[in-house]
Amino acid sequence: MSSLDRKLIRELWRLKAQVLAIALVIASGTALLIMALTTIEALEETTSAYYERTRFADVFARAKRAPEYLGRDIAEIPGVRLAETRIMEGAILDMPGFPEPVVAQLISLPERGPELLNALVIRSGRLADPTRPDEVVVSEPFAEAHSLKPGDSFDAVLRGRKRTLQVVGTALSPEFVYAIAPGGLMPDDERYGILWMGQDALAAAFDLEAAFNSVTLSLLPGADEKDVIRRLDNLLSPFGGVGAYGRADQTSNWFLESEIAQQKNMSRIMPTIFLAVAAFLTNMVMARLIETERREIGLLKAFGYDNGSIGWHYTKMVLVIGTIGILIGSLIGAWLGHWNTELYTKFYRFPFLLYRPGPAGFVIAGAISLAAALAGSLAAVRRAVRLPPAEAMLPPSPPIYRRTWASRTVLARALDEPSRMILRRIIRWPLRAFLASLGLAMSIAVLIMALQWVDAIDSLAETVFERGQHQDATVAFNDLQPIDTVGDFEGLPGVLAAEPYRYASARIGHGHLIERQGIIGVPPGAILSPVFDVERGRIEAPPGGLMVSRKLSELLDVRAGDTVAVELLEGRQTRLSLPVVQIFETYLGTPVYMDMATLNRIAGDGRVVSGLHIRVDAPSRATLLARLKDIPNIAAVLFRQAAIDTFYKTMGETIFIFIGFFVAFSMTLSVGVTYNSIRIALSERARELATLRVLGFSRWEISYILLGEVSILTWVAIPLGATIGYGLAWYMTSAFETELYRVPLVVRDATYGKAALIALSATWFALQSCDGASTIWI
Amino acid sequence: MENEASAIALEARKLTKIYRMGTVEVHALRGVDVDLRQGELVVLLGPSGSGKSTLLNILGGLDMPTSGSVMFRDQPLALDSERALNLYRRNHVGFVFQFYNLIPSLTARENVSLVTEIATNPMPPIEALTIVGLGDRLDHFPAQLSGGEQQRVAIARAIAKRPDLLLCDEPTGALDSKTGILVLDAILRTNRELGTTTALITHNAVIAEIANRVLYFADGRIVETRRNAIQRAPGELAW
Repeated sequence: MSSLDRKLIRELWRLKAQVLAIALVIASGTALLIMALTTIEALEETTSAYYERTRFADVFARAKRAPEYLGRDIAEIPGVRLAETRIMEGAILDMPGFPEPVVAQLISLPERGPELLNALVIRSGRLADPTRPDEVVVSEPFAEAHSLKPGDSFDAVLRGRKRTLQVVGTALSPEFVYAIAPGGLMPDDERYGILWMGQDALAAAFDLEAAFNSVTLSLLPGADEKDVIRRLDNLLSPFGGVGAYGRADQTSNWFLESEIAQQKNMSRIMPTIFLAVAAFLTNMVMARLIETERREIGLLKAFGYDNGSIGWHYTKMVLVIGTIGILIGSLIGAWLGHWNTELYTKFYRFPFLLYRPGPAGFVIAGAISLAAALAGSLAAVRRAVRLPPAEAMLPPSPPIYRRTWASRTVLARALDEPSRMILRRIIRWPLRAFLASLGLAMSIAVLIMALQWVDAIDSLAETVFERGQHQDATVAFNDLQPIDTVGDFEGLPGVLAAEPYRYASARIGHGHLIERQGIIGVPPGAILSPVFDVERGRIEAPPGGLMVSRKLSELLDVRAGDTVAVELLEGRQTRLSLPVVQIFETYLGTPVYMDMATLNRIAGDGRVVSGLHIRVDAPSRATLLARLKDIPNIAAVLFRQAAIDTFYKTMGETIFIFIGFFVAFSMTLSVGVTYNSIRIALSERARELATLRVLGFSRWEISYILLGEVSILTWVAIPLGATIGYGLAWYMTSAFETELYRVPLVVRDATYGKAALIALSATWFALQSCDGASTIWI
Repeated sequence: MENEASAIALEARKLTKIYRMGTVEVHALRGVDVDLRQGELVVLLGPSGSGKSTLLNILGGLDMPTSGSVMFRDQPLALDSERALNLYRRNHVGFVFQFYNLIPSLTARENVSLVTEIATNPMPPIEALTIVGLGDRLDHFPAQLSGGEQQRVAIARAIAKRPDLLLCDEPTGALDSKTGILVLDAILRTNRELGTTTALITHNAVIAEIANRVLYFADGRIVETRRNAIQRAPGELAW
């Protein structure tokens, strides 16, 4: 080993604390990027493997009641590989020990042979025996939520008839990776379950012998999905078809794809910001570290080492530090990636998880991190080798200080000499002071960016669940019900008010842009669940036109006053043009509203409702819940409080843990920056401070000079960081906008305070760590 | 050993050096002519700021003159080429500085190796350290050595490449007289045994006694040149 390499190793060991601090900064950025990249990789790989192994369908369609023979016609549509007909119905379950009615989706299993499409993955027990009509397989998450095992039983209301169902197995299905009840927002495994049972049993219970009401298709490679959907719709429309849709619009898959898209989005934004901050900090710290090596660089040049070998020497230093950072980052990143992916599998239920991160994520993250570190350091090395060796070896000549107007003010005269030293140093090198402050400010900014998620989510939940909705529960019916049902419900014990709504599946088109989006009809004067604009609050749906949410208006490129083509996918399959009368802003989904009477009129269904929003009198709640379990034709009951609870529970298990990691990373950043700034300041000023010690200054007074500077820079960093943090938060919220949700830009004052406090404690921690060192230095 | 007939190792003509500090121009050298003969020991004497170090730095290729020329073995030094100067320093010049400038993270032997690793015809580091009387301190770090020992490591480091020129800037400046004498002994021995042309800066007039020739500096010029009739041994000196 050459002496220069030996020097390198020993110096790195001497600077180990600083090296570790910089490495951790690099590690933070790297870990985050690797986590995001490997999570995406794992989710995509798992999804495609799962879909392939279970033959997840490409096209899905529902009808009211289609004769069995239609299945053969469907299978003959050009481009169709396989078609499987089945029965899908809703049921209300009465789970032992659970007061609320539970909504279930019943799906038939083929009488003979295995499922052609959407094959179940049996997790325990067995498939239902077709000859035993009461046997069911239940979805695994639902079984877990209710501690169901094969052999257990529970009651269910199937089309008004109470039955006791026997659990024979638990399973997962590619159709329900993300299982949400119709109208729900997040999986609620306690209140929503999937049940599979024999086709004959289900046909008998729902009066669908020799008929089906659901069909799924897989397509041949290169088949035209749109054409297949069109032909399928034509075949099913006489039998109450409600519009076939492709895999992209299948609810579970849509959520899953959205999540992956979201992750991709995140992998671009968050780690980029983090890595940029880390690069900036590494750059700054390395530059200053190399400045302190100026004398040794001069010496090496005096011996005849050329610029190339000196440059390589310091490059190796950066490479070692960078590599340590990347190694730590890779380990943490891989672990976090695995953890993150597992977290997803709590909500997205896969029977297996393929976390096999390829080299790509690590290579990308490593290359970016190293490049950032090198870019910072090489500029400093180039500056250092450019000096003639004679000059480099001299201690730097005393910097030129000038008395400015500021030092002649009364205030300046009142300052003591140490304070004057602090201020003069900052004024003399404003850029360096600014950069040091900026470094800290960036870590505060990243903290704010992370912490504002809590504010944003709180604000989102408050707007959606508290300001926007006032019902206690929403009851959805299997079929359209006459408007009189409202009165029937108002008569139920415990119901204080009932407000109907109408839902109609539809395709909405504008020019060549088409979106499948159901239209919600609201009655005039709706108060329980009105059309709600996040700014303007409750707005009335005027008769005759559509109220389109802003996100959908962007997807369709429509403005208020434009006309859109609406194709209702149920009933008489009406097609007509409707004006967009208003655009409103909402945080969730891409809803479209219109006046309920108008919707009923164009659908030609008379005065009907799809469901009701109800207010419940708390003391009578239990009685009402018991009644609801027995009312036929209820497809779903959604409780607002349960939605809020699930929302926060889900957030608590995902975003909030996530934020914890960001906070930890941000703290690493601030500690890394502060620690290095102080250590470097110490080594730059060792002589000056030692002189002061000789002159009789106490250690405390000397610390004041050093730490005073750090404190001023920290205080400057706080408002600067708050400003940058707001900017980052703004960028994040605009970049994170998806069809599923938009996050409002909300940063509470307390968030700035928390970020500042965390950064201050990181500074304090760094100062404490340097304290021992300063005693040695001085 | 040098004599009047020795070849000229280094020849500098009309060297000037002007430092610009803001608006002020500092004339460090004002047209210096100097010849160093093969094997000669020259002492540069003069007060601080008289231009001694600037001259030594230019002769050693550490710095570039504002104007003038330097001939090394009858070949002009490319004073404007950083690369050429670097090769010149690497292959021909050894430096000893007032504050030793050892690399603290390397042992005595490794500090010497640092130079021998890139030299064309070096002596083994142990040999160089033995010459300066530190054959038994090879694996000590600078912090474990006294000032005199550190300076002798610096000398070993400078001579290990068998330089043609040994340039010493105040090598005893930071040492007491007894240690200083040990260091001077080492320099003198190198000069005699290896025949290395040596230039040594000091502001201590007593040290001038060991030289073949003494150049007196003042205000950026050589104001007087004196040839010592008798070259005294360092051991005879006292200050």
